[in-house]
Amino acid sequence: MRIFYFGRLRQVFGLGEETLVPPADATVAGLLAQLRQRGGVWAEELADGRAFRVAVDQAVVPPDAPLQAGSEVAIFPPVTGG
Amino acid sequence: MDTNISVAVQTTDFDIAQEYARLAGDAAIGAIVQFVGRVREQSEAGAVSQMTLEHYPGMTEKVLRDIGERALARWHLHRVRIVHRVGPLQPADQIVLVQVAAGHRFDAFEAAQAIMDFLKTEAPFWKQEATPEGARWVDAREHDERAVQRWSEMNDEP
Repeated sequence: MRIFYFGRLRQVFGLGEETLVPPADATVAGLLAQLRQRGGVWAEELADGRAFRVAVDQAVVPPDAPLQAGSEVAIFPPVTGG
Repeated sequence: MDTNISVAVQTTDFDIAQEYARLAGDAAIGAIVQFVGRVREQSEAGAVSQMTLEHYPGMTEKVLRDIGERALARWHLHRVRIVHRVGPLQPADQIVLVQVAAGHRFDAFEAAQAIMDFLKTEAPFWKQEATPEGARWVDAREHDERAVQRWSEMNDEP
């Protein structure tokens, strides 16, 4: 499962992309919990109530969205184009 | 894929005259509205010397096309064209072009405004400004979220 980070989060995490196996419960919420366990900026930026979006296969999804080994996941701040 | 919608994400500038000529061929088109967004020299953080736009390749094009499709479903339009630049830009540079061609002005004006409102809240672009205090990521604005709510019938996001 490939995970991309964009914008401010890419900079704060110091990471643009990584590959992980899907979490045990195979949901976005499970993945976020796993990332928060890294502590530091990961726990801080992905805490409940912080403004960020998760896309799976290039569509924004809610936390209960399912994940598979082949999913393309992206985590990013609210968009600011235009 | 609807051939009446055309989108582009590019580092290079766009030429409005050229874009207009390409859009306007059909004599059934009675109204064209064009919107251009540009880099302002001033932001909340002060003077802006450079703006860098990052995006999510693949998803960006998909979202822009989807916004165009929703506009075509709601208004009587002939064609929609959206061009958005990425990479480093300077003050006064063009950032975004939205062109809407319709039979009548009402549809063209409304659709152009709605497309911009959706682009601002859905298309995965992020701006970083270079200011005298250093680089800062631009924050999302609450008024953009409110603006998009005007078009609730078009707001069929899952």
